[in-house]
Amino acid sequence: MTSRHRSGAPDVLQVRDLACRRGPALLFSGIDFEVAGGELLCVRGPNGCGKTTLLRCVTGLTRPDGGTILWRGEPAQTDPERMRAGTAYAGHLPSLKDDLSAEENLEFALRLRGVATTAEERREALAAVGLEKRRRIPARRLSAGQRRRIGLARLALDPADLWVLDEPLTALDDAGQELFVDLLDRHLAGGGLALAATHHRLAPASGVVRELRLA
Amino acid sequence: MSAPAPKRHQASGSFSGGFSWAMARDLRLAWRHPDEAVLTVAFFALVASLFPLGIGAEPQLLARIGPGVIWVGALLAAFLALPGLFAADYADGSLEQMTLSPHPALGWAAGKVAAHWIVSGLPLTLLSPLIGLQYGLSPDTLGVQALSLLIGTPVLSLLGGACAALALGARGGGMLLALLALPLFVPVLIFGAGAAEAQATGLSATPHLSLLGAALIAALVGLPVAVGAAVRIAVD
Repeated sequence: MTSRHRSGAPDVLQVRDLACRRGPALLFSGIDFEVAGGELLCVRGPNGCGKTTLLRCVTGLTRPDGGTILWRGEPAQTDPERMRAGTAYAGHLPSLKDDLSAEENLEFALRLRGVATTAEERREALAAVGLEKRRRIPARRLSAGQRRRIGLARLALDPADLWVLDEPLTALDDAGQELFVDLLDRHLAGGGLALAATHHRLAPASGVVRELRLA
Repeated sequence: MSAPAPKRHQASGSFSGGFSWAMARDLRLAWRHPDEAVLTVAFFALVASLFPLGIGAEPQLLARIGPGVIWVGALLAAFLALPGLFAADYADGSLEQMTLSPHPALGWAAGKVAAHWIVSGLPLTLLSPLIGLQYGLSPDTLGVQALSLLIGTPVLSLLGGACAALALGARGGGMLLALLALPLFVPVLIFGAGAAEAQATGLSATPHLSLLGAALIAALVGLPVAVGAAVRIAVD
């Protein structure tokens, strides 16, 4: 495993004493965890316990009400752009344009991430997730699972070290779930980090899988 | 298991990267679905053409009200396309990805507003001399009218973009947007319509155009930042 970035600081996400409230209710508090390279942390808990909010706090979408998030040893707020460049977030919303084809959606998603890819690479990534024949069809005519697969192709081409995944297996069939686990496996084997909120049991062949339970 | 794929370089963001991304994507979407742009232009042409029918074909009166009517029509037409500017991206999660992108918010916010102007303000500007002919405006006045729209409509797009971003997520967002944006459009309307009117009455249009230009510079500097900040609040 090699370090892939300039600073030399190890890839590690540290969350200290994180708290978040939604309106008057305290969603969670005192959340502490650490994810290092090659590790997957599964966030578990009943519906409404704040899994999505926790993930959004880590990415910086939602401002936490307390606590600190350290990325490579530095508070994420001090250099949000570096944090954002190193993080790929796949949330509930697909971030797909119905009028654009799978190929165009993938192209624009990667350009937004500041990732330069060739048409050939994108075609291969779509073929790998089983969308080769449907890559020119507008996304509105793809099924829910096929739309999720575009997201898988995006993850495959995104060089981000930290994946933040909210229910990554939703709408995927068995083959799609296998594809995702393969991707995750490769990401962890390459020294990547992953944080996932899921009700499924994720068992990648490589990497350390840990759990965080929200009450 | 296959060998890990070699990872490419860490993503990096830039203003131009975000700007060209937003502009290319929004223009392609507008091209796929030209109905919105066509509606904007058709609305403008219809509204501006209804006035002579309602008021009667009295050349002097038409030439007198022409610049004002054309500006009000252009302003309302530019407003028509505003509610959708961020709402679709908000609903499908694109705004989340944009806020999380390594590109600075300034870049994609400016790119989206620029794309909005290209599909609304620019066609209105290009069409305005044709509409002006219906009102019997002189060639000079038509020129000043088009110039004032060329400087003024980008200000409308910038102001409207900031208001559209602020109104995101609010119930009755469309109504709120009208209440927010239309009063802010008033100074632009006054100086824009004033420029052509001054030209028509034999005065110099330069002061009006200079003020519009100053407004455009101020809007260019300040409003994309405001759009980015408002979007960040909306996705929280």
